[in-house]
Formats: sequence, structure tokens, C-alpha cells
Amino acid sequence: MTAIDPALSRRAPPKGAALDPVFRYACFAAATALLASLTGIVISLLIGGWPALAKFGFHFFTSTEWNPVTEVFGAEGPIIGTLVSAILALVFSLPVAFGVAVFLVEFCPSPLRRPIGVAVELLAGIPSIVYGMWGLFVFAPFFAMHVQLPLMTMAQPGSLLEKLTAGVPNGANIFTASVILAIMILPYMAAVLRELLLTVPVQLRESGYGMGSTPLEVIMSVSLPYVRRSAVGAVMLGLGRALGETMAVTFVIGNSHSLPKSLFDSGSTIASTIANEFNEATGAMHTSALIALGLVLFLITFVVLAMARALLGSDKQV
Amino acid sequence: MASFRRARRTVAAGAFTTFCWITAVIALFALAAIFWSLLTQGFGGLNLAVFTQSTPAPGSPGGLMNAIVGSIILCALGMVIAVIVGVLAGTWLAEYGRNTPYAEAVRFVNDILLSAPSVLVGLFVYDVMVAHVIGHFSAIAGAVALALIAVPIITRTTEDVLKLQPTALRESGVALGTPHWMAIRKILWKSAGSGILTGGLLAFARISGETAPLLFTSFGNQFFSLDPLRPMASLPQVIFNFALSAYDDWVRLAWVGALILAGAVLAANIIARILTREPRRS
Repeated sequence: MTAIDPALSRRAPPKGAALDPVFRYACFAAATALLASLTGIVISLLIGGWPALAKFGFHFFTSTEWNPVTEVFGAEGPIIGTLVSAILALVFSLPVAFGVAVFLVEFCPSPLRRPIGVAVELLAGIPSIVYGMWGLFVFAPFFAMHVQLPLMTMAQPGSLLEKLTAGVPNGANIFTASVILAIMILPYMAAVLRELLLTVPVQLRESGYGMGSTPLEVIMSVSLPYVRRSAVGAVMLGLGRALGETMAVTFVIGNSHSLPKSLFDSGSTIASTIANEFNEATGAMHTSALIALGLVLFLITFVVLAMARALLGSDKQV
Repeated sequence: MASFRRARRTVAAGAFTTFCWITAVIALFALAAIFWSLLTQGFGGLNLAVFTQSTPAPGSPGGLMNAIVGSIILCALGMVIAVIVGVLAGTWLAEYGRNTPYAEAVRFVNDILLSAPSVLVGLFVYDVMVAHVIGHFSAIAGAVALALIAVPIITRTTEDVLKLQPTALRESGVALGTPHWMAIRKILWKSAGSGILTGGLLAFARISGETAPLLFTSFGNQFFSLDPLRPMASLPQVIFNFALSAYDDWVRLAWVGALILAGAVLAANIIARILTREPRRS
């Protein structure tokens, strides 16, 4: 082999090569913009919420007095309201979403499988404000007339049922908000759970059936263990949605800042409080208290979403 | 004993099957109920005036034109920003950053932003744009808020479809002596085009229904306005205000708006679906 004459390999740089680093840095800048915006959100919430947090300290989390006139702000009501409504929504929604997902994978007659699957996925995209409006005008009145009033008249004085159902029977309460949230996250969770169940290898499922297992046993002992961690991640994603949801809740929760005394009492969530009051905030302290609430919401959802992310897709390595 | 166990298993399996059927019926019933209300309450109010007149004072006739046009402008502006930033960021993750720690950090942040509460995005953009840069509510602030919600979706889909492109495509660019960026632009983006477009449509469907971030940014406007530096009406925000009002004609308009909004979002989602199916067929 003779050495290659360097003159032969020398050639003009390709057209546009000078722009290579420019493009590279533009891409890098865009990726950095994502990092910067999350950092920006945290910093902006910290700075904006600091006056309220500094003034009220720990009382911000333990007091239920939310009074824009005297400028005393305690956020226990909205914080508890957020957690209770989101967890209740998950409790209502999870069994149904699981049932729908299993139905679509195991039991659905095959001509219906695609249409129903597509419908579920499309419904996951419907704007939350539509769910909220339906809740306000259709579900809440129906609920007040046909569930809340009968239950309240049925309840014995002093019984547990009376405690749970106490409240103004107008349908705007924590319970209704949770139901609307549950309906809203239902298609989303059903779609994700269905995707997960479909990742279970057919051989694995069929070997289960080949052993004479019933569908229940195949789901519980083969499919679910296979996607266990991801399934928990999917549920956490649903919880994250329910925690941060604004519009579907604002319409039907009743918007009172006190700690809800019963399931059928009106309440508020962090997101609904911000949506309702931010533009009408009277003083700097009111605004700051609302931003501090936003910071709390951010921290809660961040933990939930980070956990969801760590769990989702972590089954594949096993 | 064995027959007892078998009976128990059969009963359990039957109960489980019934449970799944019932949940499916419940879910479909709930969602059908929502659509039914949307159609019955909204369809009657749908007429030409909705598209040609602006939002009325209570009691007088009017439509939703300013809100519809406002929503289109806000979403279009937001999408322009989001597509540029999102596609570039997704390209960086797939082609340059790959598995570096920095890219992993960006991916993590992107996933958080993907599901972060939109009301917080509104607070952030309010703080930056409304309180500082511009000094008052404006359409452009609303567009930035929407863009911030759309970017993570586009980044994610862009990265995913670029990663699906075969290495041979990248090598073909190198073989021709094309600069890296030309190869990305002319070869990779082209072959990933329908996937990126799908991501864009999904992002569009998502932001067109967003209400919370617009309340503190584009605020709303009773009148028709095209000025990006002024407050602008948008469909979700008008639905929110009108639905909670005490006037029957406003509530009726809110239903019409909700019907239009849901229709538009469904249409965008369906088109996105058709686009993703196309390449598989060929």
C-alpha cells in the first residue's frame, strides 16, 4: 500500500458547512430554553410567593383563614381540597379505567375493539373546560336532586352518614368535583393502561390460558406483574393531571376557602383558587399568597410526576 | 373439594368479566352523556351570527367571532413559537445530545413540563410578560403561555420520530459529503415529516382548549381585536366567563362555544390519527 497523496484528499469544504455550528447551537439553545423555562417557573414562583411565605410562615399551611380584607392568608383549605379531590377522583376512576382497559384487551368483541379504543383515546383530548361545563349544568343539578337530597333526608341525626353528607344541597361540592375529575382522567388512564396491557407478549398470556387459567387469573398473575411498575406510573400520571386540573374543578367545587367539613361540603383547590382570584387580587400580599399556593402545587405535582417518570417504562429492563 | 374450587374460580372469572363489561358501559355512558348535552345544548344556537358577530352585552344578540378569531390567532402565534423551539430541541436531543447527562436532564425537564399544571404556566408568563416585559395583558403573552404548553409535546414527538429513522439515512448524508445540518434538514426532517406534523397537531389540539393560562395573559376582550399587544378574547376564556354568568343568552353562547371547541379539537386529533396511520399502509 502506498501512502495516499494528501493533495488528492484535499477538497473544497461542502456548501453550507460554515452554518453547521450555527444550526448546532440553535438546537442546543432550544433544548436549553426548556431547562430555562422550568427553572424560570420555579424562580418566579419562589420570588413571587416569598413575601407571603415569610410573613405567615408555617401558619400558611396550617391555618384555614383566607381573608383578603384583613390580608391574612392560610391555605390549608385549598391544599387539603386539592389532595382530597385528586385522590377521590383517582379512587373513582382507577377501577373503571382498569376495567375498560382489560375489557378492550381481553373481552371486547373484535369488531368493536378498534372503534371503542379510538373513541377512548379521542375523548382523552377533549378540553377540560367542556367537562367542567357539563359538570356545572348537567351533573351538579342532577346530583343535588337525586343523590344529595335523598341521602341528607335519609341520614339519621348524629350518624356517620349525616356527617359525610352535610352541606348545602346545590351540587357544588368536593364530591361532585371529584366525580368530574374522575370522568376527565378516565379516558386518559384507560388509554395508557390499555397500551401497557398490549405490551404483554401474546405468548406469555396464551401460556397462561394454555394452563387453563381464567381471564381474571391471566390478568392478575401474568399481565399485571409484567407491567406492574409502569402501571403504577400511569396511575401517578393520572393523579398528576387531577392535582393540577383547573377548569373542570373550578366550575363545580363551590369555591369556599374553609376546610371542607364533609364530602358534600363546598371547598376549593389550589388551581381553582388561583384561577378565580388572581386577576382580582386586591393587594400585593393577596397576589403573593396566590403565587405561594402555586409553588405548593408545583412541588406536589413535581414529586408525583417525577415518581411517575421513574416508574413508567422501568419494567422493560427486567 | 376440587369441584368446589373450580366453581369458585368460574364464579370469580364470571364476576370479573361482568365487572369489565359494566365499567366499559359506565365509561361509554358517561362520555356519551357529555356529548349528548354538548349537542342538545349547543347545536340549537349554532348559526351564522355566531361566526360573524362579536360577543354581546347581556340581552342583546351577538356571536363569538372575536373569540374564535382570537383563539385562532393565539394558537397560531403559539404554534409558530412552539414548532421552532420544539423541533430544534427535539433534534438536539435525538441528533446531538443523545445520551449525555445534559440531554438526560433536558428530557427529564421536558417530561415534567409535559404534565405540569397549566395554571402555573399562566402564573409564570404573567410574571414575566404581563408584569415586566409588556406591562399589561396582551395576546402575545397568551401566545407565549400556549407555546410553553405546546413545546414539550412537539419536542417529545420530534425526538421520538427522529430516533426511529434508520442510521442508514444519516450515513447516506455523510456519504454524499453533506454538512450535518443539511443532512438533518433535507433528509431526516423530510422522512420524519409526518411524525413531526402529528406532534404539531396534537399540540395544537391540546392548546386550543387551554383556559387557565389565558386568564392571566391574554385576559379577554369584549371587542374584536387583531392587535397582539392588546388583550384578546379566546374561545375557552369566553366559555368560562359566559358559563359562570347569570344571563341565559350568555350561557347559551357558552354551550355553542364549547361545541365548536370540542369539534375543532376532535377534528385535529382525528387528522393527527390519520396521518400516523398513512406510512404504515404503504
